[in-house]
Amino acid sequence: MKWGSNTWVGGSLVAIAIGVAVFAPWIALTDPVMDANLMNAELPPSWEFPFGTDAQGRDIYSRICYGARISLTVGVVSQICNSLIGVTLGLTAGYWGGWWDDVVSGLTNLMLAIPSLVFALAIMAILGPGLVSLVIALGLTSWSYSCRIARAQVLSLKSQGYVQAARILGYGDLRIMFTQVLPNILGPLIVIATLGMGGAILAEAALSFLGLGIRPPFPSWGSMLSEARDQIRAAPWLSVFPGLAIFFTVLGLNLLGDGLRDLLDPQSQTRRA
Amino acid sequence: MLLVLVRRLGNVIPTLLAVVALVFLLFSVLPGSFISGMNEDGRSVIDPAVMERMRKEMGLDDPLHERFAKYVAKVATGDLGTSFRTREPVTKLIGGRIWPSLKLVFAAMAFAICVGVTLGFLAALKPGSMIDTVSMVTAISGLSLSQFWFGLMLMYLFALTLNWLPSFGYGDGGLRNLILPAIALGVGPMALLARTTRAAVLDVLNADFVRTARSKGMSEGLVVKWHVLRNALVLVITIVGLQFGSLMGQAVVVEKLFAWPGVGSLMVDSVFQRDMPAVQGCILMIVLFFLFINTLVDLAYVVIDPRIRYG
Amino acid sequence: MNSALLQVDDLHITLQGDGAAFNAVENVSFEIGRGEAFGLVGESGCGKSITALAVMGLLRRPLSLGKGRIVLDGEEIQDASAARLRELRGSRIGMIFQEPMTALNPLSPVGRQIAEMFVLHQNASWSEAMDRAEDALRQVRVPSPERRIKDFPHQLSGGMRQRVMIAIALACRPDLLIADEPTTALDVTVQAEIIDLMAELCAAKGTAILMISHDLGLVANMCRRVAVMYAGRIVESQAAEAIFATPRHPYTKGLVDSLPRLGERSLRGQQRLREIAGTVPSIAAYPSGCRFNPRCPSVTDICRSTAPDITTLAADGLVRCHHHE
Repeated sequence: MKWGSNTWVGGSLVAIAIGVAVFAPWIALTDPVMDANLMNAELPPSWEFPFGTDAQGRDIYSRICYGARISLTVGVVSQICNSLIGVTLGLTAGYWGGWWDDVVSGLTNLMLAIPSLVFALAIMAILGPGLVSLVIALGLTSWSYSCRIARAQVLSLKSQGYVQAARILGYGDLRIMFTQVLPNILGPLIVIATLGMGGAILAEAALSFLGLGIRPPFPSWGSMLSEARDQIRAAPWLSVFPGLAIFFTVLGLNLLGDGLRDLLDPQSQTRRA
Repeated sequence: MLLVLVRRLGNVIPTLLAVVALVFLLFSVLPGSFISGMNEDGRSVIDPAVMERMRKEMGLDDPLHERFAKYVAKVATGDLGTSFRTREPVTKLIGGRIWPSLKLVFAAMAFAICVGVTLGFLAALKPGSMIDTVSMVTAISGLSLSQFWFGLMLMYLFALTLNWLPSFGYGDGGLRNLILPAIALGVGPMALLARTTRAAVLDVLNADFVRTARSKGMSEGLVVKWHVLRNALVLVITIVGLQFGSLMGQAVVVEKLFAWPGVGSLMVDSVFQRDMPAVQGCILMIVLFFLFINTLVDLAYVVIDPRIRYG
Repeated sequence: MNSALLQVDDLHITLQGDGAAFNAVENVSFEIGRGEAFGLVGESGCGKSITALAVMGLLRRPLSLGKGRIVLDGEEIQDASAARLRELRGSRIGMIFQEPMTALNPLSPVGRQIAEMFVLHQNASWSEAMDRAEDALRQVRVPSPERRIKDFPHQLSGGMRQRVMIAIALACRPDLLIADEPTTALDVTVQAEIIDLMAELCAAKGTAILMISHDLGLVANMCRRVAVMYAGRIVESQAAEAIFATPRHPYTKGLVDSLPRLGERSLRGQQRLREIAGTVPSIAAYPSGCRFNPRCPSVTDICRSTAPDITTLAADGLVRCHHHE
């Protein structure tokens, strides 16, 4: 299968985002939090401030660069969390079956019945605002996809006799799960994680926008948007650039995820004529 | 057919119960800390006797399963507790907000279906064409948008700059106030529907029975009308049902952005004010609605797909 | 001047791959007379099905018609307009397919799917058409047709679904019925019934049949003349009895020999079924010269370098081999 344009474009966008995040201290122009000069408040884009300045006089461009770190970190960590939970639950549920399988299925149904943002909100209501609770909340909301895949794969291998065979050979349960089942679902897992990262970034933005996630003065793209909201009339650029940053990053992740799906997950090809 | 309906309902009840349990569990931690939180917040220290009385009032000292049973009983009779903030019954708080939320969600879904399904259909009928590319680019962009940011941009463009529409608020509940929030909310499902419809229609167009239809001498138009539509519909309906769930989630943010007086914005406010009964009530309301929609979708299947009816 | 119903002349079908175009079917010619049963035999992938689709004008991307002529009752249809082809399909040429389960619309009652034919081609009203659909079901010997017209495909057995397909294809009394592996997906006991039904109905209505199958025995029983296809070309064509008695092409010989015959093995003291060694080449990797040469027991150098010409045989037969008998 050849690499489609999806993968290239998406991959490039994601690479740019990662690059910006990693090299932020070098490519940013100012310190995102400390360099606040009220004399420069709410200036439109110019040579000195490529994306303009915000109400505290901070350079938007630099804040976006540093914001990439926060958004991408949240995205990656939450997806790792989701995948770990999902795969563990799914593998064990399919493997051991019985009441545990029922419990996991019940939990999955439960998660599917609650909209993920609502669930995240609820968790944040309990844990209080902040980066840590944000990551925990996001890490708990979308494990059901990887869970389903893991479980389905175990059941499929079971029905084909692989598991039986391995047991007869003396493999322990854990070894079977890791060496037999996991490699088969690695492809779809990566696709889910990539697409999930996009969702996590959007969710982080939404929660920070509401004021529950990362709070000012830290430059999360979402919190930048919440600050920008009231200035929309006077300083629209405050809203445009963080939003575009989110858009291009998530777009990149979505394209990359699509492209990877065609490569790695032959069963669910997005149909191209 | 009635049997199918009963069976579907039977699936809903346990899930609903589980949600109630979850909500209860999650928040059973809280009222206690809320009480102590009042102290730590730096407010004037409350007389311990008063605190004791509040604890007894809220039944916080009873064992967990007793509290749960009481909670279930209360919920079943429609009593969702009393708001910490306004001291009113939560049901009253939520009641007035249900209709605006419903309007918003249904308007958004209507927009999503009209635009999304149409785009997907057109893209599938002419794969590889300009329409196809444009539709799919639109779709993936729609999926990548931060919906509230999109709403903000719409607000800026149409309300603040062009002054065509009001920038926020419910107004008199008329169409003008509904348009911007509905589009902002509907853009995500629209994108997903466009993609799914395209895939579904392409699938059907390549199916054997469509080849049979063509071999009968049918024009493409009749093929689509008599054979493709219904079959693609089945796949599309699933997505519509599932998307309602994500819509409700996103609605929370869109409502806050546009100052729309719905259940979502109530939930956000309540979370900020740590008004736990209100938060619980909102979650239950939202989930209930979602489960209801899913049941409707299941029923729709039964009507459309004879394999289920006479399976 | 001939009065052939269908004349296929030097047909080519192109397959558009990634960047390169291949000839999936090359230089295929045959004729079917009015009311005649003609068989087209070959292994999977030899191009027989797409030849049938080409006659119907149903080739879709990445397949397309290359050069060649298709003449139906004196009219050249290979370049016919889409509208003309639609007129012909169903009313002059009918087609039934291999998988009756997937070939019928699962969401539509079978009676309606038959009735569509009358509404489409004979301007009937829906109620008229449904009555005639019931009649059609009766003709294909489906029991209780008045109830069955309301049934959905999944409520019928495989054999009955194929009867429905036959009813659909023959509804408007076409001149030609193309049957693409109609019994392959059915139980053995049902196969014979379906074949008999087809033969009987077509004989009664004077409909010619183009019978496509991988089963030489089945085809030879039913058809008057048989053509054998291999890797996109016709390698032999003779009357049915002649194909069995005196196969001229090594491939045909292999096919005939591989047919299990009752008692024969024990008679000859043999344990194994005879087979043709090797596998069908893929379109992208057709051997040069005679395409059968890697598997042919009588292969010589000329077979590998030059594609054999067509040699005409007695009684309208032909064979394509350097070493035909």
